Formats: sequence, C-alpha cells, structure tokens
Amino acid sequence: MIGLSHYLTVSAALFVLGVLGIFINRKNVIIILMSIELILLAVNINFVAFSAYLHQVHGQIFAMFVLTVAAGEAAIGLAILVIYFRNRGTIAVDDASVMKG
Amino acid sequence: MTAVLAFYLFAGILLTAGTMVILSKNPVHSVLWLIVAFFNASGLFILLGAEFLAMLLLIVYVGAVAVLFLFVVMMLDIDFAELRAGFMRHLPVGLAVAAIILTEMLLAVGVWQPGAGVAIYGAVGAPPVGMSNTQWIGSLLYTRYLFVFQSAGLVLLTSMIGAIVLTHRQRVGTKRQNIGAQVARTPASAVHAEKPKVGEGVAL
Repeated sequence: MIGLSHYLTVSAALFVLGVLGIFINRKNVIIILMSIELILLAVNINFVAFSAYLHQVHGQIFAMFVLTVAAGEAAIGLAILVIYFRNRGTIAVDDASVMKG
Repeated sequence: MTAVLAFYLFAGILLTAGTMVILSKNPVHSVLWLIVAFFNASGLFILLGAEFLAMLLLIVYVGAVAVLFLFVVMMLDIDFAELRAGFMRHLPVGLAVAAIILTEMLLAVGVWQPGAGVAIYGAVGAPPVGMSNTQWIGSLLYTRYLFVFQSAGLVLLTSMIGAIVLTHRQRVGTKRQNIGAQVARTPASAVHAEKPKVGEGVAL
C-alpha cells in the first residue's frame, strides 16, 4: 500500500535533483530556472500528499498559490534573461558582476 | 494493486525525467524532459485524488511555463557548449551536497511522527459526500482564502507588468505615430489654398 512516506520520498528526491541541477549547471541560467521549477514541483507534491492523507483540502489550495508564484517567477526570470542576453550577448551568469554584489 | 503500480510508474518516470532535465546537453531537450516530469507529477496528483490541481498543472505548467521556456531557448542564439565548461568541475561538490540533503530529508521522513491530535490516515481522503474535488477547493478558496486568492492575482499582475516593462524597448530611428500632434491638427494649419500662375510650379 502506498502511504504518505512514499510521496515524501519521491518529493525529497525531486527536490535534491533540483538543487543538484543548480550546482552542476552553474553557468546556464535557463537550466537553473528549470531546476527551480523542479524544486517548486517537489514542494507541491509534498503539499498535495499531506492534504490527501490528512483528509483536508487546505494543502491543495496552498499548492495553487505555489503554482501562481512559480508562474510569475518563471515569467520575470525569463524576462531578465532576455534583457541580459540583449545587453551582453551571452547568458553565462557566473560573470554577472556588474553590480559588484 | 493498480494504484501501487501506477505510483511506481509515475514516480520512476518523474525522477528519470528530472535527472534528464539537469543532465541534457541541449536545453531544448531539457525543456521537453521538464514537460514529461510535469505530466507524471500530474499523474501522481490524480493518484492522490487532487484532480483539479492535476489539470491545473498541465494547463499552467505544460501549456504556459514550459512553452515560455521553449520560446526563450529557441529565440536566443546561445553557444551551449561553452556554458557546460564547468560541468565536471562542479559535479563532485554538487553530488556531495545533494547526497547530504537527500540523506537528511529521508531521515526526517523516516523518523517523523504526526503531532498530538493530528491524524494521518492510511488511505487517500475523498471530498465530502456529494462534492467533487473542484467544488471542495472552490468552497474554501472563495470564502476563507478569498484575500489570499486576490493577492495571488496581484502577484500575477505584478509579474506581468514587470515582464513587459523589463523587455519593452524603444527602437531609435523608427517612425512612430504621434497621437498628440495628430489630434491637435486643425484644418487651418493643415490646408491652405494656392493659386499658381500658368507655367509655374508651386512652392509647398
């Protein structure tokens, strides 16, 4: 029988894949954005799994809000990516040090 | 039995697709694997009884976000081979950090017990009798979570305005419509009569 811990394990593995993606593709900001999407998907799976096994619907509603934020973040991230490419002709983000942050 | 099989199928493909997203050489393939991952995650949501969220995941992620990614990847002319230069160098550190985080999370999942008064049921819950999953969500979303729902709309509005403002640019050297000058024009300033003499031109 599939229980809550099965879903939590899958979601933990997906979260770690997202973190690993950010680590190994440090230059390619498109893959970094996709890794963030994977991380948010893992969070959503956690929310929905808890919602299902607690027999309550609040988790699903929160997953919808996570979905909203993820969509907005992807739009803004890609917009920044496009203007970055327009200004510098590359998307290698490891030399983005104009602001000396 | 079918549910168990379906769970392992969806979870297996989901994790495989997630791995391919971060390992693919070509970002277009990464986006396509991301779409596969979203499809299988929505399969997991259906197994959990969250049909509405499963469909929302397909519509919002596959229909909008993944296509947006695909647009950007194909629109920009990028040398991807150069971007993978540090791949092998970062791999050991990344794998070590990933292994540590995964171990910690699995330990936390393994030893976690629900707090007093919190009941974790053995099976997936269903909506109240006579309600569908969508109705169940709507009955709370538009009442108790109304203000949060409205602010989610504000978040989307902000991100829409932000994306437009960021990517909008005024090209120099192009002719544009000047609506103010157009409206301010009167017949007196626009039309005048000339009476040219025969055999001579008109100086306008």
